[in-house]
Amino acid sequence: MKRKFGFLFAMLTLLCVVPLLSGCNELILFNPKGPIGESEKVIILVSFVLMLLVVIPVIVMSIWFPLKYRESNTKAHYDPNWSYSKKIEIAMWLIPIIIVSILSTILWIETHRLDPYKPIQSDVKPLDVEVVSLDWKWLFIYPEQNIAVVNQFVFPAKTPLSFKITSDTVMTSFFIPQLGSQIYAMAGMQTRLHLLADEQGDYTGQNQQFSGSGFPDMSFNAKATSQESFDSWVQQVKKSPDKLDTARFEELRKPGVSTSVIHFSSIEPGLFEKIINKYDPLTRSSNTTGNTAHPAHGK
Amino acid sequence: MFGKLSLSAIPYHDPIVMGAVYGSLLAGMGVIALITYFKKWPYLWTEWLTTVDHKKIGIMYIILAMIMLLRGFSDAIMMRAHQAIAVGASPGFLPPDHFNQIFSAHGTIMILFMAMPFFSGLMNIVVPQQIGARDVAFPFLNAVSLWLSVAGAMLVMVSLGVGEFSRAGWSGYTPLSEMAYSPDTGVDYWIWSIQISGAGTLLTGINFLVTTLKMRAPGMTLMRMPLFTWTTVFTNVLIIFAFPILTVALALLSLDRYCGMHFFTNDMGGNTMMYINLFWTWGHPEVYIVILPAFGIFSEVVATFSRKKLFGYGSLVYATAAIMFLSFSVWVHHFFTMGTSANVNIFFGISTMLIAIPTGVKVFNWLFTMYRGRVRFTSPLLWTLGFLTTFAVGGLTGVLLSMPPADYVLHNSLFLIAHFHNMLVPGVLFGFMAGYAYWFPKAIGFRLNETWGKLSFWFWLSGFYLAFIPLYILGFMGMPRRMQHFDNPAWQPYLIVAALGTLLILFGIGCTLMQLFVSIRQRQANRDLTGDPWDGRTLEWLTASPPAAYNFAVIPTVHDRDAFWDMKQNGTAYQKPDRYEDIEMPKNTVWGLAIGVFSFLFGFAMIWYIWWLAGLSFLGLIAVVIARASNDDTFEIIPAAEVARIEGLRPQKGTA
Repeated sequence: MKRKFGFLFAMLTLLCVVPLLSGCNELILFNPKGPIGESEKVIILVSFVLMLLVVIPVIVMSIWFPLKYRESNTKAHYDPNWSYSKKIEIAMWLIPIIIVSILSTILWIETHRLDPYKPIQSDVKPLDVEVVSLDWKWLFIYPEQNIAVVNQFVFPAKTPLSFKITSDTVMTSFFIPQLGSQIYAMAGMQTRLHLLADEQGDYTGQNQQFSGSGFPDMSFNAKATSQESFDSWVQQVKKSPDKLDTARFEELRKPGVSTSVIHFSSIEPGLFEKIINKYDPLTRSSNTTGNTAHPAHGK
Repeated sequence: MFGKLSLSAIPYHDPIVMGAVYGSLLAGMGVIALITYFKKWPYLWTEWLTTVDHKKIGIMYIILAMIMLLRGFSDAIMMRAHQAIAVGASPGFLPPDHFNQIFSAHGTIMILFMAMPFFSGLMNIVVPQQIGARDVAFPFLNAVSLWLSVAGAMLVMVSLGVGEFSRAGWSGYTPLSEMAYSPDTGVDYWIWSIQISGAGTLLTGINFLVTTLKMRAPGMTLMRMPLFTWTTVFTNVLIIFAFPILTVALALLSLDRYCGMHFFTNDMGGNTMMYINLFWTWGHPEVYIVILPAFGIFSEVVATFSRKKLFGYGSLVYATAAIMFLSFSVWVHHFFTMGTSANVNIFFGISTMLIAIPTGVKVFNWLFTMYRGRVRFTSPLLWTLGFLTTFAVGGLTGVLLSMPPADYVLHNSLFLIAHFHNMLVPGVLFGFMAGYAYWFPKAIGFRLNETWGKLSFWFWLSGFYLAFIPLYILGFMGMPRRMQHFDNPAWQPYLIVAALGTLLILFGIGCTLMQLFVSIRQRQANRDLTGDPWDGRTLEWLTASPPAAYNFAVIPTVHDRDAFWDMKQNGTAYQKPDRYEDIEMPKNTVWGLAIGVFSFLFGFAMIWYIWWLAGLSFLGLIAVVIARASNDDTFEIIPAAEVARIEGLRPQKGTA
């Protein structure tokens, strides 16, 4: 009976893997397009392999031991009171300790190196972007270009992106999986993120933290273009009749699902800081930046 | 008069919900009809509803867990079936509001109303017997804990047909769970069901910790206790330290929702991150609360069915203690992406990885228990083998996720879902199923049908792999959790495979139900006459199956670990005493059930803003406590002659 089920078992596991053959490109976490995502992929693979050093022996022993020492196998050595071995005890503590020590070292170094708050070293001047999550769409403000866009994020490839992120609703999580790390967006607070795309292309961006009924529709197109295309796109947006002043923003932030891209040719000065500060009773009317609202998050 | 409650609270427009409501009502009425037809109400009242016997309380906990397993699993099936089709233009069959309630209910039910009652039930049945005691330290409180859990579960069940359940996830993150974003009754159902059952859990933790520390049989030092008892000790310490944190977190959220305060709101100085920290400071110990007893069960099962002493008893105990301590130092790994600095993430990442060490030690100890043993492939052992092979994969993915940069791309994806189900299903659920199969003869008096039990295991094991390996892959494809619909067609094949896996698990559950049905039919042929159906090693196998109310006519004296095995080896297992003594046992009482009823009414009233009912039921609770406290006549004597008669009725004793 066990042999029959073992076979069935193997077939079922194979069934899971078959779809994999159809498109490895879909495993976007293993196909990153930026240095952050690239490093994170390596960490995943290295940890996976190191842990296999423990996991594979465990699985093998879990199958081999009971089979070898099954009751019907009277030839196997039976030692009913054998319940301690100093060598095994030392090995079972030491081997995991060694592996965990190696992983901890990697963890230490890489967590510092891949801190989302840490700017990416590059000769190219970073692009500043302010991101606001709303119900249920993402607003991208380009403070230097004085434009804003909803439901699409266009940016030049090979340029470090410096995000300041907040929310004007519940907690959400800003995430472009193919480029790297996500980070939460929270009202009244500012989080930072730094990403870079090595190649031009279209990437999916999304909200990774459930935020209510419109949550599944919060994906956006993240488009990495050449510098020239980006510049001409900016000029394109500046031609839009729509302007993101306070009144228009109030209209925008009303709950609703719409995936159409909206261009704003100008933004209310200090809009991003105002969005953060309206949640802070102490600084509601001032013009201070979000940095003072929650210093733990600012840099 | 009825607060917010009106007939419009009943979701007449939703055929799926109404189907479930009618089905549940029909099932409930069917049960009531059967009890009435067989004239069993007096029996039910005196033997079960008013009992303070820990063994019966344990059985009722497990019945509750099984019912809630069905409810939680139907949520799972609906989610998987819906997600398998809800791609692109197809809306699926669950609108967002419904889908969002389902995943919130699924998590809440499985952790708090399935796993917690299941472990409380097994602990109730087994621990007093394993330590050679006659009852727990506080029998009345034990009944109160049960009925509080039932009250909480009933609130969750009622939410199906009256109003709605929470749509803010089982974790109820603020500010989504605040009034501004969840103004309806859903979050309130969630809060009150958890607060009420949580109070019961806290009382259970105290009760069993005191029981284990103070009521062990003579000669049973701590290091001679069975491993299951040891793991419940650590679990109860975790409960005592962790549950008050949840109570406070939910109480503060209630103050926000009911009194307009601003602990966790976005505005007016509220800090939503504080809720998340409080929730997970409870939440992480909570998952250890459910898994440690499962680890204890595996220890018992692997030793018994290898006919061998448990390998590395000492390191198993110390490793579990280490896990207990460390479980309080890891909670930030649930939100590495919330903006904590690198140093904070490093601390919590490393502490999370550290827990893998003692857990690995335990796995090796179980493996080496089988080594040089004589292994019997009973269904409890099969569940254990399924655990040993599959749990390791979950541990691997856990260590992977504990690296903050890896978590930055995997957090809240289906990879995370696959990881924690990889811990909870092979770990917690398989452990409890093993315990159920292992201790069923002891609790009920006849054995379960092994064929159906093994079939159930194979369906669960294959179903688990089929349902969750695709989710790991989907995590690498970037799919987030809790998605009511999605646009990437490349994700769909995996979701279809996952739905098939859920179907296999459904067959597994069906086999368990069939097993129960068949075993009841075959009960005479499968009666456990000796009390020791598995040739066990620990004291619970010394009692009759089912045990007398007092468990042991004579409290045994313990000389070694594996006390019962030791007695059998020395031929001292079934010695008849010269004479029996009178035994004092606690009396039945209606007040435990009354507390459950008043708590349910209180919770319901608070949810629907029916203030007069809330006030009255709260006063009722106080009145019950006063009534019970004023009653000094809570014990009765079982005379020695009666004890002798009961012992004389016991069929064969096992051979020494």
